[in-house]
This record gives sequence, C-alpha cells and structure tokens, in this order.
Amino acid sequence: MLQIRNLKCYYGRIMAAKGVSLSVRSGEIVTLIGANGAGKSTLLQAVCGLLPNWKGEILFEKKSLKGLAPPAIVKRGVSLVPEGRLIFPPLSVLDNLKLGAYTIYRKKEHERAAANMERIMELFPILRERSEQQAGTLSGGEQQMLAIGRAMMAEPKLLLLDEPSMGLAPLLVEKIMATLSDLRNEGLTILLVEQNANAALKIADRGYVLETGNIVLQGASSDLATDVEVKRAYLGKDYDEFYEGRT
Amino acid sequence: MAIAPHRIIYLIFPSIIILAGLFVQNSYYLQVLTFIGINTLLALGLNLLMGYAGQISLGHAAFYGIGAYTTAVLTVHYGLSPWAALPCALAVSALVALIVGFPTLKLTGYYLGMGTLGFGMIVHIVFREWSDLTGGASGFIGIPPLDLGPISFSSGRNYFYLVWAIVMMCLVVSNRLINSRVGRALRSIHDSEIAAGAMGINTMSLKIRVFVLSAVFSALAGFLYAHFVMFISPGSFDFLVSIRIVTMVVIGGMASIWGALFGATLLTLLPEWLHAFSEFEMVVYGLILMVVMILLPQGLTRGVLDIYEKSKTRNR
Repeated sequence: MLQIRNLKCYYGRIMAAKGVSLSVRSGEIVTLIGANGAGKSTLLQAVCGLLPNWKGEILFEKKSLKGLAPPAIVKRGVSLVPEGRLIFPPLSVLDNLKLGAYTIYRKKEHERAAANMERIMELFPILRERSEQQAGTLSGGEQQMLAIGRAMMAEPKLLLLDEPSMGLAPLLVEKIMATLSDLRNEGLTILLVEQNANAALKIADRGYVLETGNIVLQGASSDLATDVEVKRAYLGKDYDEFYEGRT
Repeated sequence: MAIAPHRIIYLIFPSIIILAGLFVQNSYYLQVLTFIGINTLLALGLNLLMGYAGQISLGHAAFYGIGAYTTAVLTVHYGLSPWAALPCALAVSALVALIVGFPTLKLTGYYLGMGTLGFGMIVHIVFREWSDLTGGASGFIGIPPLDLGPISFSSGRNYFYLVWAIVMMCLVVSNRLINSRVGRALRSIHDSEIAAGAMGINTMSLKIRVFVLSAVFSALAGFLYAHFVMFISPGSFDFLVSIRIVTMVVIGGMASIWGALFGATLLTLLPEWLHAFSEFEMVVYGLILMVVMILLPQGLTRGVLDIYEKSKTRNR
C-alpha cells in the first residue's frame, strides 16, 4: 500500500533521512522504531506532505505523492496522528472531531461525517461523554484517543501515528495499542512510529529500526523482539540483567 | 414560530439600536454612537484575523485608510457616486491585502507583527506624500455625504442607523462564519498549524482569505468614516490607530464576536469621558487599560461572563 524508496529529507542543509526504504502492505501494522532524532517524525511528515522538501520516491497505492499538498494526501486516504497529539485545546471534543473530517465535511456529506462520528464514539465511548467539553481539559490518554479519533474522521486507508504512547501510563499505552490492533482487524493499515519498542512490537506484524536517518534492521516483529541488538538498544535487556544480577 | 434562545440576541440587539436612535436626541451622543459602530467594524475584522486565526496585524489602519481614501478620490476627483465607489474601495483593499498577504503571512509571531507594522507605515507615508491625489498632510476635504434616493444620510440619526445596520449585518456574517466548517478550521490554525495541516486544511490559503476578509471589513469602516466626517487626513490612519484597533480586540476579548463590540465601545467612550481630566487624559486612559488587563486578562467579554458564572454558583 505504501512504498518508500531511497527517501532523503532535508531541514535546510541538514539531512534527516538518508535514503530510507520501507514498505507497508495493506492490512498490516508496521512499526518504525528509533531513538530521538533518528528521523522517524521527519519520515511521517514527508509522507503526509507537511515536509515538501524530500527526494526519492513515496508511492501510495502505486501512485506517487510527490508534489502533493496535505489536503490532497488526506483525500487519498492518508491521515496523521501527530507527535504530541496536537489536539485543539480551546475547541470542544466535537469540534475537534469535525475538524478531522475537514476534507469530507461539506454540506452534502453531513450524514457521512455523522456516521464516522458515531463509529468513533463507539470506539472511544469516553469521547461521547466529554463531547461538549473543551479538548484541553481532557487527560493525556483521552487526548490521545481524541487525536486518533480525529484522524479517523477523514476515513483513512493508511493511518500514520507518531509516538502515540508518549507520556502515557503503561495501562493506557496498552489500551491505545489494543485499539490500534482492533482497527487493523477491521481492515485499516497502520504505520506506527514509536520509541516504546516493547509496546509497538507486541501489536505490529513487521518492524523497522531507524538510526540517525538509516534503516539498520528490519523483519517480522517477533524476530525483532528477540534480536540481541534491538533488545540491547530499545527493549532494555541490560536493564533486565542488572536486576537479574541483583536477585 | 419558536426562536432558539441563542438567536434572541438577534432580536434584542436591533431593538436596542432602534430605541437608541429614537431616544437619543443630542447630536453629539449620536455622533459618538456612530463612531462606536465604525470602530466595531474595525475590531470585528481584526478579531477574525487575530482572535480566531491567531495572526497578528499591527498595520490594519492601512486598510481603514485605503477604504477612506479610495472613496474620497473616486467621488471627488472622478465624480463617482459614493455607492459606485464603495465596491471599488472594498476591492482595492482586498487586492492590496492579497498582494501583501502572500509574503507576510508566511511569517509568524513577532515577525508577522513587524511585517504588518512596516506595511502600515508605508501606506501611511503614501497617504501623506502623494499629495496630488490625497491632499497630503493637510488632508482631503469635500467628501460628499451619502444619499439613497430621497433618503439623505447627512443627518446624524440616519447615518447612525445606516452604520449600525451594516454593523449588525457584519456581526451576523462573522457569527455564521465562525460557527461554520471554515470557522472551525480558522480556530484550528490558531492552536497548531501543523495539526491543522495534518487535517488537510490548506492553512496558507485560509490565512490569506481571512486576511482579505478582515481588510474588507476595515475598508468598509473607512468608507463609512470618510462619508461621515467628510474630511480625512493621514493622521486618522497612522500607526497609533492600528494599535488602537489591536487594543479594542484584546480588551474586548480575543476570539469573541461580541468582544469586538465591547472593546470598540469602551475605547471610543473612554477618551470622551476622560476629557474632564484634560492634560492627564492619556495617563488615566492608559491606567484604565492596564487595570482592565490585569483584572480581566481574557478581555471584557470572558471576564464579565466568568464573574456572572461565579456569582451563579455561589448563590446555589
């Protein structure tokens, strides 16, 4: 569904992605793991058109996304849940969700948007309870649900998530990941960028490890989860040994 | 026919205007009320841009001036009827906003403030120095009054009604805009342009459109001002006027349609009340603004609503 070939992204003169290639097949969850500054967010921003200055190839459903502005990309079926959630705090939960459907929410399509809204309220019942509340007054976990719901309002085929677990308690992370898993089972394709490799690899089908702008490892998530290098760098193997040594 | 409670304001507000027009006999008061209307238009336009879309403009007096000078030049030099000059005034202002908007709205925060400040100063200099067309620093005299068939708007009362009818129309238009799909998108830009972009909102185009709309509101105010006082000079459209419009928005309450009205009312009335302080007028004026901002940092509208809600919960 999504193919990225030899992607190079620039922030001015700094190259943040140095020839990344990866692919996401229809109906799978693919995770992209990496530390701060590895170029994960850059890659997502390039895919959804927020960072137009890139070289290489990005194909979505076999068509190039080169030169397309964000509205066109959203219309094709790619939605981003941005890093740090970036909900709109002074607006109500309902207005936030309506904004998610900005590209489809026109006069004749109110019913379609209302149906989407209903689906998202089913998915996250807490959003229904809080629908009139200002989004800024929600807890971190609720805000993350809102951010995901908002992105789902645009009826994406491919959902990009930028560190949805950031700043959330482990229980909430599990809940969010379980929701993503459910969405995949309903047919959604997901590219999940995470630092929390443990949580991401649990639900993903395949994974890539990104380091300073290069893919250094890839494979099935079960393989990655047992890989010595990944364990050392992202899953905290040393940490386990440290405790094992003490007991 | 039932009327939704939030629409009742649309009945109350015109009634107040009509009653004010009937009962206020003193022509000085009518004049002040007319100025409040003109200033409300200015504040309303800037509030759409600044309060809702979060884009500051420190040069909005330029559009006010463009509206006033365009109609003055067209009616006096070219003998056009003011009603024919009106669309031209709005169009010129919109065009200038479009041209200026493209490069400046790429800026954000302080830099956008500086950019628009520079623009306002340039336009002010043009008004002052292009004396063949604008009359230069000594001003432009002989702007004709407005007539509509047998109705003459040269009387204070008729002009008062005209201005406030237009203000009401603009209030309704703004209100509808804000509560629409596009209005939501505007407010989203205020919070995060990245997130707005990720929703598929074309942020640049939306910012330019609201900038143009806000310039058109200002030009409309300029048109009404020019035909009301029938004399304009560059001093009415300088940097201080831009700052005054910003103050109206901030004092009244950002992102509030009624805030524009309250802010404009307070800032028009204050100088009139403070004449009694003669040479200390500006000091008292500044002090009052400081106190309002310290006590009601979110502006009059939000502040008064908060006090009202607090007293309601206390009484329970």
